[in-house]
Amino acid sequence: MTANPIGLSAAEIAQAVAARKMSALSVTEAALARIKQHDTVLNSFTDVTGDRARARARAIDAALAAGEGVGPLAGVPFAVKNLFDVKGLATRAGSKINRDLPPASRDATLIERMEAAGAVLVGALNMGEYAYDFTGENVHDGPSRNPHDPTRMSGGSSGGSGSAVGGALVPIALGSDTNGSIRVPSSFCGIFGLKPTYGRLSRARSFPFVASLDHLGPFARSVTDLALAYDAMQGPDADDGACATREIEPVTSLVGQGLGDLRIALAGGYFQQNVFAEAKEAVARVARALNVSETVELPEAARARAAAYVVTTVEGASLHLERLRTRPNDFDPAVRDRLIAGAMIPAPLVDRAQKFRCWYRAQVADLFKTVDVIIAPATPCVAPKLGQSAFVLDGVELPVRANIGIHTQPISFIGLPAVAVPVPLEPMPIGVQIIAAPWREDIALRVAFALEQMGVAVAPQPKGL
Amino acid sequence: MAADPLDDYIDALANALALPVEDAWRPAIRANLDVSLKLARMVDAFALPDETEPAPIFSA
Repeated sequence: MTANPIGLSAAEIAQAVAARKMSALSVTEAALARIKQHDTVLNSFTDVTGDRARARARAIDAALAAGEGVGPLAGVPFAVKNLFDVKGLATRAGSKINRDLPPASRDATLIERMEAAGAVLVGALNMGEYAYDFTGENVHDGPSRNPHDPTRMSGGSSGGSGSAVGGALVPIALGSDTNGSIRVPSSFCGIFGLKPTYGRLSRARSFPFVASLDHLGPFARSVTDLALAYDAMQGPDADDGACATREIEPVTSLVGQGLGDLRIALAGGYFQQNVFAEAKEAVARVARALNVSETVELPEAARARAAAYVVTTVEGASLHLERLRTRPNDFDPAVRDRLIAGAMIPAPLVDRAQKFRCWYRAQVADLFKTVDVIIAPATPCVAPKLGQSAFVLDGVELPVRANIGIHTQPISFIGLPAVAVPVPLEPMPIGVQIIAAPWREDIALRVAFALEQMGVAVAPQPKGL
Repeated sequence: MAADPLDDYIDALANALALPVEDAWRPAIRANLDVSLKLARMVDAFALPDETEPAPIFSA
Protein backbone atom coordinates (compact mmCIF):
# COMPACT_ATOMS: atom_id res chain seq x y z
CA MET A 1 0.00 0.00 0.00
CA THR A 2 3.02 2.31 -0.04
CA ALA A 3 4.44 1.91 -3.56
CA ASN A 4 5.78 5.17 -5.03
CA PRO A 5 3.11 6.80 -7.22
CA ILE A 6 5.39 9.54 -8.58
CA GLY A 7 5.86 9.04 -12.28
CA LEU A 8 2.70 6.98 -12.65
CA SER A 9 -0.04 8.20 -14.95
CA ALA A 10 -3.47 9.06 -13.60
CA ALA A 11 -4.82 5.88 -15.18
CA GLU A 12 -2.14 3.77 -13.45
CA ILE A 13 -2.75 5.45 -10.10
CA ALA A 14 -6.51 4.92 -10.37
CA GLN A 15 -6.03 1.24 -11.24
CA ALA A 16 -3.60 0.71 -8.37
CA VAL A 17 -5.86 2.49 -5.89
CA ALA A 18 -8.97 0.66 -7.05
CA ALA A 19 -7.10 -2.65 -6.76
CA ARG A 20 -5.94 -1.60 -3.27
CA LYS A 21 -2.31 -2.02 -4.28
CA MET A 22 -1.79 1.58 -3.24
CA SER A 23 -3.86 3.68 -0.87
CA ALA A 24 -5.33 6.99 -1.97
CA LEU A 25 -3.79 8.50 1.15
CA SER A 26 -0.28 7.32 0.23
CA VAL A 27 -0.71 8.78 -3.26
CA THR A 28 -1.88 12.07 -1.77
CA GLU A 29 0.99 12.20 0.70
CA ALA A 30 3.50 11.52 -2.08
CA ALA A 31 2.03 14.32 -4.22
CA LEU A 32 2.04 16.75 -1.29
CA ALA A 33 5.66 15.87 -0.53
CA ARG A 34 6.71 16.38 -4.14
CA ILE A 35 4.92 19.73 -4.26
CA LYS A 36 6.69 20.78 -1.05
CA GLN A 37 10.05 19.67 -2.44
CA HIS A 38 9.88 21.18 -5.91
CA ASP A 39 7.43 24.04 -5.86
CA THR A 40 9.99 26.29 -4.24
CA VAL A 41 11.50 26.34 -7.74
CA LEU A 42 8.43 26.05 -9.95
CA ASN A 43 6.14 28.38 -7.95
CA SER A 44 3.18 26.71 -9.59
CA PHE A 45 0.94 26.47 -6.52
CA THR A 46 -0.62 29.42 -4.72
CA ASP A 47 -2.59 27.22 -2.31
CA VAL A 48 -1.97 23.66 -1.19
CA THR A 49 -5.11 22.09 0.25
CA GLY A 50 -3.40 19.35 2.23
CA ASP A 51 -6.01 18.80 4.94
CA ARG A 52 -8.82 18.66 2.45
CA ALA A 53 -6.87 16.29 0.21
CA ARG A 54 -6.05 13.92 3.06
CA ALA A 55 -9.68 13.85 4.17
CA ARG A 56 -10.83 13.12 0.65
CA ALA A 57 -8.22 10.38 0.21
CA ARG A 58 -9.20 8.74 3.48
CA ALA A 59 -12.83 8.75 2.33
CA ILE A 60 -11.83 6.99 -0.90
CA ASP A 61 -9.84 4.38 1.01
CA ALA A 62 -12.79 3.85 3.35
CA ALA A 63 -15.17 3.46 0.44
CA LEU A 64 -12.89 0.87 -1.12
CA ALA A 65 -12.61 -1.00 2.16
CA ALA A 66 -16.41 -1.07 2.29
CA GLY A 67 -16.57 -2.47 -1.24
CA GLU A 68 -18.08 0.69 -2.72
CA GLY A 69 -17.34 2.08 -6.19
CA VAL A 70 -14.87 4.95 -6.31
CA GLY A 71 -14.80 6.16 -9.92
CA PRO A 72 -12.30 6.07 -12.78
CA LEU A 73 -9.96 8.65 -11.21
CA ALA A 74 -9.77 7.03 -7.76
CA GLY A 75 -7.06 8.68 -5.71
CA VAL A 76 -5.65 10.73 -8.59
CA PRO A 77 -4.22 14.05 -7.34
CA PHE A 78 -5.17 17.11 -9.36
CA ALA A 79 -4.95 20.89 -9.01
CA VAL A 80 -6.78 23.83 -10.55
CA LYS A 81 -5.90 27.27 -11.87
CA ASN A 82 -6.81 29.68 -9.10
CA LEU A 83 -9.77 31.11 -11.00
CA PHE A 84 -11.77 27.98 -10.11
CA ASP A 85 -13.84 28.34 -6.95
CA VAL A 86 -12.44 26.10 -4.24
CA LYS A 87 -14.68 25.96 -1.20
CA GLY A 88 -13.05 27.89 1.63
CA LEU A 89 -10.63 29.90 -0.56
CA ALA A 90 -11.04 33.36 -2.06
CA THR A 91 -10.97 32.92 -5.86
CA ARG A 92 -8.05 35.20 -6.60
CA ALA A 93 -7.88 34.71 -10.39
CA GLY A 94 -4.26 35.75 -10.26
CA SER A 95 -5.15 39.15 -8.83
CA LYS A 96 -4.48 41.08 -5.65
CA ILE A 97 -7.97 42.57 -5.66
CA ASN A 98 -9.89 39.29 -5.52
CA ARG A 99 -8.09 38.21 -2.36
CA ASP A 100 -10.57 40.46 -0.57
CA LEU A 101 -13.50 38.35 -1.77
CA PRO A 102 -15.16 36.08 0.77
CA PRO A 103 -14.10 32.43 0.59
CA ALA A 104 -16.01 30.45 -2.02
CA SER A 105 -18.95 28.60 -0.51
CA ARG A 106 -18.93 25.81 -3.06
CA ASP A 107 -16.48 24.21 -5.49
CA ALA A 108 -16.58 24.88 -9.22
CA THR A 109 -18.66 22.35 -11.13
CA LEU A 110 -15.60 20.79 -12.75
CA ILE A 111 -13.94 20.21 -9.37
CA GLU A 112 -17.13 18.57 -8.12
CA ARG A 113 -17.18 16.31 -11.16
CA MET A 114 -13.49 15.39 -10.88
CA GLU A 115 -13.98 14.51 -7.22
CA ALA A 116 -17.14 12.55 -8.00
CA ALA A 117 -14.90 10.45 -10.27
CA GLY A 118 -12.54 9.82 -7.36
CA ALA A 119 -9.88 12.49 -7.98
CA VAL A 120 -8.32 14.37 -5.05
CA LEU A 121 -7.86 18.14 -5.18
CA VAL A 122 -4.46 19.10 -3.76
CA GLY A 123 -4.41 22.83 -4.46
CA ALA A 124 -4.85 25.93 -6.56
CA LEU A 125 -2.38 27.11 -9.17
CA ASN A 126 -0.63 30.31 -10.13
CA MET A 127 -1.83 32.21 -13.22
CA GLY A 128 -1.52 35.49 -15.07
CA GLU A 129 -3.61 38.26 -13.56
CA TYR A 130 -7.28 37.88 -14.49
CA ALA A 131 -6.16 35.48 -17.27
CA TYR A 132 -5.11 38.39 -19.52
CA ASP A 133 -1.69 36.88 -20.17
CA PHE A 134 0.35 34.48 -22.31
CA THR A 135 3.53 34.37 -20.19
CA GLY A 136 2.68 32.76 -16.84
CA GLU A 137 4.24 35.75 -15.09
CA ASN A 138 2.40 37.35 -12.17
CA VAL A 139 3.44 40.55 -10.39
CA HIS A 140 1.72 39.56 -7.15
CA ASP A 141 2.73 35.91 -6.79
CA GLY A 142 5.85 35.78 -8.92
CA PRO A 143 6.08 33.77 -12.13
CA SER A 144 5.33 30.08 -12.36
CA ARG A 145 8.46 28.58 -13.93
CA ASN A 146 9.10 26.21 -16.77
CA PRO A 147 9.87 22.68 -15.49
CA HIS A 148 12.40 22.13 -18.27
CA ASP A 149 14.29 25.36 -17.60
CA PRO A 150 13.18 27.50 -14.64
CA THR A 151 14.67 30.61 -16.26
CA ARG A 152 11.96 30.35 -18.92
CA MET A 153 8.24 31.14 -19.04
CA SER A 154 5.64 28.50 -18.22
CA GLY A 155 3.21 30.18 -20.63
CA GLY A 156 -0.06 31.80 -19.78
CA SER A 157 -2.37 32.37 -18.54
CA SER A 158 -2.68 28.86 -17.02
CA GLY A 159 1.04 28.92 -16.22
CA GLY A 160 0.82 27.11 -12.90
CA SER A 161 -1.21 24.34 -14.53
CA GLY A 162 1.46 23.83 -17.18
CA SER A 163 4.27 24.03 -14.67
CA ALA A 164 2.69 21.62 -12.16
CA VAL A 165 1.88 18.94 -14.75
CA GLY A 166 5.09 19.48 -16.72
CA GLY A 167 7.02 19.16 -13.46
CA ALA A 168 5.07 15.98 -12.58
CA LEU A 169 3.83 17.48 -9.33
CA VAL A 170 0.34 16.29 -10.27
CA PRO A 171 -0.75 14.09 -13.19
CA ILE A 172 -3.76 16.29 -14.05
CA ALA A 173 -4.51 20.00 -13.76
CA LEU A 174 -7.39 22.16 -14.93
CA GLY A 175 -7.11 25.54 -16.57
CA SER A 176 -8.91 28.01 -18.77
CA ASP A 177 -8.38 29.03 -22.38
CA THR A 178 -9.82 32.24 -23.81
CA ASN A 179 -7.28 32.82 -26.56
CA GLY A 180 -4.78 30.01 -25.97
CA SER A 181 -4.25 29.79 -22.22
CA ILE A 182 -4.38 25.98 -22.15
CA ARG A 183 -2.54 25.39 -25.42
CA VAL A 184 0.28 27.89 -24.81
CA PRO A 185 1.38 26.50 -21.39
CA SER A 186 1.02 22.98 -22.78
CA SER A 187 3.37 23.92 -25.60
CA PHE A 188 5.94 25.64 -23.39
CA CYS A 189 5.86 23.00 -20.63
CA GLY A 190 5.81 19.95 -22.93
CA ILE A 191 2.49 18.38 -21.94
CA PHE A 192 -0.91 17.54 -23.45
CA GLY A 193 -3.75 20.03 -23.12
CA LEU A 194 -7.34 19.91 -24.34
CA LYS A 195 -9.34 23.00 -25.14
CA PRO A 196 -12.76 21.50 -25.78
CA THR A 197 -15.50 22.92 -27.99
CA TYR A 198 -16.92 26.20 -26.66
CA GLY A 199 -19.82 25.24 -24.39
CA ARG A 200 -18.72 21.64 -23.85
CA LEU A 201 -17.47 21.93 -20.25
CA SER A 202 -19.22 23.94 -17.57
CA ARG A 203 -17.59 27.16 -16.42
CA ALA A 204 -19.88 27.44 -13.41
CA ARG A 205 -18.20 28.92 -10.35
CA SER A 206 -15.03 29.91 -12.15
CA PHE A 207 -13.95 33.54 -12.37
CA PRO A 208 -14.67 34.77 -15.92
CA PHE A 209 -12.59 36.81 -18.33
CA VAL A 210 -14.31 37.00 -21.73
CA ALA A 211 -17.74 35.40 -21.66
CA SER A 212 -17.82 35.03 -25.46
CA LEU A 213 -14.55 33.08 -25.56
CA ASP A 214 -13.89 31.45 -22.18
CA HIS A 215 -13.33 27.68 -22.13
CA LEU A 216 -12.17 25.35 -19.36
CA GLY A 217 -10.23 22.14 -19.87
CA PRO A 218 -7.62 19.65 -18.63
CA PHE A 219 -3.83 19.25 -18.84
CA ALA A 220 -2.09 15.86 -18.51
CA ARG A 221 1.08 13.97 -19.37
CA SER A 222 -0.73 11.43 -21.58
CA VAL A 223 -3.70 11.38 -23.90
CA THR A 224 -5.43 8.69 -21.88
CA ASP A 225 -5.24 10.83 -18.75
CA LEU A 226 -6.52 13.83 -20.71
CA ALA A 227 -9.47 11.77 -21.94
CA LEU A 228 -10.23 10.38 -18.48
CA ALA A 229 -10.37 13.86 -16.99
CA TYR A 230 -12.40 15.23 -19.90
CA ASP A 231 -14.94 12.41 -19.66
CA ALA A 232 -15.29 12.93 -15.92
CA MET A 233 -16.15 16.60 -16.46
CA GLN A 234 -18.59 16.42 -19.39
CA GLY A 235 -22.31 17.05 -19.17
CA PRO A 236 -24.86 19.86 -19.16
CA ASP A 237 -24.93 22.37 -16.32
CA ALA A 238 -27.71 24.86 -15.80
CA ASP A 239 -25.30 26.99 -13.75
CA ASP A 240 -23.38 28.00 -16.91
CA GLY A 241 -25.58 29.70 -19.46
CA ALA A 242 -23.16 28.87 -22.27
CA CYS A 243 -22.85 25.18 -21.39
CA ALA A 244 -24.39 23.02 -24.08
CA THR A 245 -27.28 20.71 -23.31
CA ARG A 246 -25.62 17.82 -25.15
CA GLU A 247 -25.41 14.55 -23.33
CA ILE A 248 -22.04 13.15 -22.29
CA GLU A 249 -20.09 11.76 -25.26
CA PRO A 250 -17.31 9.66 -23.66
CA VAL A 251 -14.03 9.49 -25.53
CA THR A 252 -11.70 7.40 -23.36
CA SER A 253 -12.67 4.14 -25.04
CA LEU A 254 -12.40 5.75 -28.50
CA VAL A 255 -8.93 7.29 -28.48
CA GLY A 256 -7.20 4.05 -29.44
CA GLN A 257 -9.20 3.53 -32.62
CA GLY A 258 -6.29 4.58 -34.80
CA LEU A 259 -6.23 7.06 -37.62
CA GLY A 260 -8.49 5.01 -39.89
CA ASP A 261 -9.54 7.06 -42.87
CA LEU A 262 -9.38 10.43 -41.14
CA ARG A 263 -8.68 13.25 -43.58
CA ILE A 264 -5.85 15.32 -42.10
CA ALA A 265 -4.35 18.53 -43.47
CA LEU A 266 -1.86 21.17 -42.44
CA ALA A 267 -3.02 24.71 -41.83
CA GLY A 268 -1.36 26.86 -44.48
CA GLY A 269 -0.88 30.55 -45.08
CA TYR A 270 -1.24 32.49 -41.84
CA PHE A 271 -0.27 29.43 -39.77
CA GLN A 272 3.02 29.00 -41.61
CA GLN A 273 4.05 32.61 -41.09
CA ASN A 274 5.75 34.11 -38.04
CA VAL A 275 7.07 30.78 -36.82
CA PHE A 276 10.54 29.98 -35.56
CA ALA A 277 12.47 26.97 -36.81
CA GLU A 278 11.45 24.87 -33.80
CA ALA A 279 7.74 25.33 -34.51
CA LYS A 280 8.29 24.41 -38.17
CA GLU A 281 10.25 21.32 -37.11
CA ALA A 282 7.54 20.22 -34.67
CA VAL A 283 4.79 20.58 -37.26
CA ALA A 284 6.96 18.77 -39.83
CA ARG A 285 7.51 15.84 -37.47
CA VAL A 286 3.79 15.52 -36.85
CA ALA A 287 3.05 15.79 -40.56
CA ARG A 288 5.59 13.09 -41.42
CA ALA A 289 4.24 10.76 -38.77
CA LEU A 290 0.69 11.23 -40.03
CA ASN A 291 1.81 11.09 -43.67
CA VAL A 292 0.14 14.43 -44.31
CA SER A 293 1.11 16.77 -47.10
CA GLU A 294 -2.18 18.48 -48.01
CA THR A 295 -2.55 22.08 -46.90
CA VAL A 296 -5.77 23.96 -46.25
CA GLU A 297 -6.33 27.67 -45.72
CA LEU A 298 -8.45 28.97 -42.89
CA PRO A 299 -9.87 32.00 -44.66
CA GLU A 300 -9.12 35.37 -43.09
CA ALA A 301 -7.31 33.83 -40.13
CA ALA A 302 -5.37 37.05 -39.46
CA ARG A 303 -8.64 38.96 -39.31
CA ALA A 304 -10.07 36.28 -37.01
CA ARG A 305 -7.16 36.80 -34.67
CA ALA A 306 -7.75 40.56 -34.81
CA ALA A 307 -11.43 40.12 -34.01
CA ALA A 308 -10.61 37.80 -31.09
CA TYR A 309 -8.25 40.49 -29.79
CA VAL A 310 -10.98 43.13 -29.96
CA VAL A 311 -13.67 41.00 -28.32
CA THR A 312 -11.22 40.04 -25.60
CA THR A 313 -10.08 43.51 -24.70
CA VAL A 314 -13.61 44.94 -24.72
CA GLU A 315 -15.34 42.18 -22.74
CA GLY A 316 -12.41 42.09 -20.34
CA ALA A 317 -12.72 45.84 -19.84
CA SER A 318 -16.45 45.56 -19.28
CA LEU A 319 -15.92 42.85 -16.65
CA HIS A 320 -13.42 44.95 -14.70
CA LEU A 321 -14.81 48.45 -15.27
CA GLU A 322 -15.74 49.15 -11.66
CA ARG A 323 -12.50 47.70 -10.32
CA LEU A 324 -10.60 49.92 -12.78
CA ARG A 325 -12.43 52.92 -11.33
CA THR A 326 -12.00 52.07 -7.68
CA ARG A 327 -8.77 50.07 -7.39
CA PRO A 328 -6.62 50.88 -10.42
CA ASN A 329 -3.40 50.77 -8.42
CA ASP A 330 -4.06 47.22 -7.24
CA PHE A 331 -3.91 45.79 -10.78
CA ASP A 332 -0.77 44.65 -12.53
CA PRO A 333 -0.11 47.96 -14.34
CA ALA A 334 0.30 46.20 -17.69
CA VAL A 335 -3.10 44.49 -17.32
CA ARG A 336 -4.75 47.70 -16.11
CA ASP A 337 -3.49 49.71 -19.06
CA ARG A 338 -4.68 47.07 -21.56
CA LEU A 339 -8.11 46.97 -19.91
CA ILE A 340 -8.50 50.77 -19.81
CA ALA A 341 -7.66 50.89 -23.51
CA GLY A 342 -10.18 48.09 -24.12
CA ALA A 343 -12.91 50.17 -22.50
CA MET A 344 -12.37 52.82 -25.17
CA ILE A 345 -13.06 50.76 -28.30
CA PRO A 346 -16.16 52.09 -30.11
CA ALA A 347 -19.16 49.79 -29.81
CA PRO A 348 -19.81 49.39 -33.58
CA LEU A 349 -16.35 47.90 -34.00
CA VAL A 350 -17.11 45.30 -31.37
CA ASP A 351 -20.37 44.43 -33.09
CA ARG A 352 -18.44 44.07 -36.34
CA ALA A 353 -16.05 41.65 -34.65
CA GLN A 354 -18.92 39.53 -33.34
CA LYS A 355 -20.55 39.49 -36.77
CA PHE A 356 -17.25 38.58 -38.39
CA ARG A 357 -17.09 35.68 -35.94
CA CYS A 358 -20.27 34.20 -37.45
CA TRP A 359 -18.97 34.68 -40.99
CA TYR A 360 -15.65 33.02 -40.14
CA ARG A 361 -17.35 30.14 -38.33
CA ALA A 362 -19.37 29.37 -41.48
CA GLN A 363 -16.27 29.44 -43.67
CA VAL A 364 -14.38 27.07 -41.40
CA ALA A 365 -17.43 24.80 -41.13
CA ASP A 366 -17.28 24.46 -44.92
CA LEU A 367 -13.62 23.54 -44.63
CA PHE A 368 -14.49 20.71 -42.26
CA LYS A 369 -16.63 19.16 -45.00
CA THR A 370 -13.39 18.28 -46.75
CA VAL A 371 -11.08 17.51 -43.81
CA ASP A 372 -11.51 16.01 -40.35
CA VAL A 373 -8.37 17.35 -38.70
CA ILE A 374 -6.20 20.43 -39.15
CA ILE A 375 -2.64 20.61 -37.84
CA ALA A 376 -1.15 23.95 -36.78
CA PRO A 377 1.59 25.27 -34.48
CA ALA A 378 0.55 25.86 -30.87
CA THR A 379 3.12 28.60 -30.34
CA PRO A 380 5.54 30.29 -32.73
CA CYS A 381 8.52 29.44 -30.50
CA VAL A 382 9.65 27.46 -27.46
CA ALA A 383 9.28 29.12 -24.06
CA PRO A 384 10.98 32.53 -24.01
CA LYS A 385 13.07 33.63 -21.05
CA LEU A 386 11.18 35.08 -18.09
CA GLY A 387 10.90 38.81 -18.52
CA GLN A 388 11.74 38.66 -22.21
CA SER A 389 9.78 41.36 -24.00
CA ALA A 390 10.83 40.91 -27.63
CA PHE A 391 12.14 38.32 -30.06
CA VAL A 392 13.65 38.65 -33.51
CA LEU A 393 12.04 36.68 -36.33
CA ASP A 394 13.26 36.94 -39.90
CA GLY A 395 15.19 40.05 -38.90
CA VAL A 396 12.15 41.77 -37.44
CA GLU A 397 11.86 42.53 -33.73
CA LEU A 398 8.43 41.53 -32.43
CA PRO A 399 6.84 41.91 -28.98
CA VAL A 400 6.67 38.56 -27.18
CA ARG A 401 3.36 38.97 -25.35
CA ALA A 402 1.38 39.98 -28.42
CA ASN A 403 2.75 37.19 -30.59
CA ILE A 404 2.71 34.10 -28.38
CA GLY A 405 -0.97 33.40 -29.10
CA ILE A 406 -1.18 34.26 -32.77
CA HIS A 407 -1.78 30.64 -33.82
CA THR A 408 -4.21 29.73 -31.04
CA GLN A 409 -6.49 32.78 -31.23
CA PRO A 410 -8.10 32.06 -34.63
CA ILE A 411 -9.05 28.58 -33.35
CA SER A 412 -10.63 29.42 -29.99
CA PHE A 413 -12.34 32.44 -31.59
CA ILE A 414 -14.88 30.02 -33.10
CA GLY A 415 -14.75 27.48 -30.31
CA LEU A 416 -13.08 24.63 -32.21
CA PRO A 417 -11.78 21.75 -30.06
CA ALA A 418 -8.01 21.44 -30.10
CA VAL A 419 -5.49 19.19 -28.40
CA ALA A 420 -2.01 20.61 -27.89
CA VAL A 421 0.46 17.74 -28.21
CA PRO A 422 4.07 18.05 -26.99
CA VAL A 423 6.90 17.43 -29.44
CA PRO A 424 10.00 16.70 -27.33
CA LEU A 425 12.61 18.78 -29.12
CA GLU A 426 15.91 19.50 -27.33
CA PRO A 427 16.58 21.44 -25.27
CA MET A 428 12.97 22.66 -25.00
CA PRO A 429 9.69 21.00 -26.05
CA ILE A 430 7.07 22.74 -28.17
CA GLY A 431 3.43 21.97 -28.93
CA VAL A 432 1.37 21.37 -32.04
CA GLN A 433 -2.39 21.89 -32.25
CA ILE A 434 -4.60 19.01 -33.42
CA ILE A 435 -7.82 20.79 -34.38
CA ALA A 436 -11.18 19.18 -35.16
CA ALA A 437 -14.69 20.30 -36.05
CA PRO A 438 -16.99 21.44 -33.25
CA TRP A 439 -17.99 18.64 -30.85
CA ARG A 440 -15.39 16.25 -32.31
CA GLU A 441 -12.97 16.17 -29.41
CA ASP A 442 -12.91 12.41 -29.97
CA ILE A 443 -11.23 12.87 -33.35
CA ALA A 444 -8.60 15.31 -32.07
CA LEU A 445 -7.82 12.96 -29.17
CA ARG A 446 -7.60 9.95 -31.53
CA VAL A 447 -4.94 11.70 -33.58
CA ALA A 448 -3.11 12.84 -30.44
CA PHE A 449 -3.15 9.27 -29.11
CA ALA A 450 -1.79 7.91 -32.40
CA LEU A 451 1.06 10.44 -32.28
CA GLU A 452 1.77 9.43 -28.69
CA GLN A 453 1.86 5.75 -29.66
CA MET A 454 4.31 6.58 -32.46
CA GLY A 455 6.57 8.39 -29.98
CA VAL A 456 6.20 11.66 -31.87
CA ALA A 457 4.19 13.39 -29.14
CA VAL A 458 5.62 12.71 -25.70
CA ALA A 459 5.66 14.68 -22.47
CA PRO A 460 9.37 14.81 -21.62
CA GLN A 461 10.52 14.22 -18.07
CA PRO A 462 11.32 17.49 -16.31
CA LYS A 463 15.04 18.07 -16.03
CA GLY A 464 16.50 18.42 -12.58
CA LEU A 465 13.31 17.70 -10.64
CA MET B 1 6.14 67.54 -29.21
CA ALA B 2 2.69 67.68 -30.75
CA ALA B 3 -0.07 65.99 -28.76
CA ASP B 4 -1.15 62.63 -30.10
CA PRO B 5 -4.69 62.84 -31.52
CA LEU B 6 -5.54 59.81 -29.42
CA ASP B 7 -4.94 61.81 -26.24
CA ASP B 8 -8.07 63.91 -26.75
CA TYR B 9 -10.05 60.74 -27.39
CA ILE B 10 -8.62 59.10 -24.27
CA ASP B 11 -9.52 62.14 -22.18
CA ALA B 12 -13.08 62.20 -23.52
CA LEU B 13 -13.64 58.50 -22.98
CA ALA B 14 -12.03 58.51 -19.54
CA ASN B 15 -14.41 61.30 -18.60
CA ALA B 16 -17.46 59.58 -20.06
CA LEU B 17 -16.65 56.28 -18.36
CA ALA B 18 -15.37 57.83 -15.11
CA LEU B 19 -12.09 56.00 -15.56
CA PRO B 20 -8.91 57.29 -13.96
CA VAL B 21 -6.03 57.89 -16.35
CA GLU B 22 -2.89 59.10 -14.61
CA ASP B 23 -0.21 60.75 -16.70
CA ALA B 24 2.22 57.92 -16.04
CA TRP B 25 -0.23 55.39 -17.48
CA ARG B 26 -1.05 57.35 -20.60
CA PRO B 27 1.75 56.15 -22.91
CA ALA B 28 0.88 52.49 -22.30
CA ILE B 29 -2.86 53.11 -22.61
CA ARG B 30 -2.28 55.03 -25.84
CA ALA B 31 -0.07 52.27 -27.24
CA ASN B 32 -2.60 49.59 -26.36
CA LEU B 33 -5.47 51.61 -27.76
CA ASP B 34 -3.54 52.23 -30.96
CA VAL B 35 -2.98 48.49 -31.47
CA SER B 36 -6.57 47.61 -30.59
CA LEU B 37 -8.01 50.23 -32.95
CA LYS B 38 -5.78 49.05 -35.79
CA LEU B 39 -7.00 45.49 -35.31
CA ALA B 40 -10.61 46.63 -34.97
CA ARG B 41 -10.31 48.64 -38.19
CA MET B 42 -8.87 45.57 -39.89
CA VAL B 43 -12.03 43.67 -38.98
CA ASP B 44 -14.23 46.63 -39.92
CA ALA B 45 -12.62 46.77 -43.38
CA PHE B 46 -14.03 43.34 -44.22
CA ALA B 47 -17.36 43.63 -46.02
CA LEU B 48 -20.06 41.52 -44.42
CA PRO B 49 -23.60 40.89 -45.71
CA ASP B 50 -26.14 43.12 -43.95
CA GLU B 51 -27.95 40.04 -42.73
CA THR B 52 -24.96 38.73 -40.77
CA GLU B 53 -25.92 37.94 -37.19
CA PRO B 54 -23.54 38.78 -34.34
CA ALA B 55 -22.19 35.72 -32.55
CA PRO B 56 -24.00 36.27 -29.24
CA ILE B 57 -27.66 35.61 -30.00
CA PHE B 58 -30.15 35.92 -27.15
CA SER B 59 -32.69 33.15 -26.67
CA ALA B 60 -35.82 33.93 -24.73
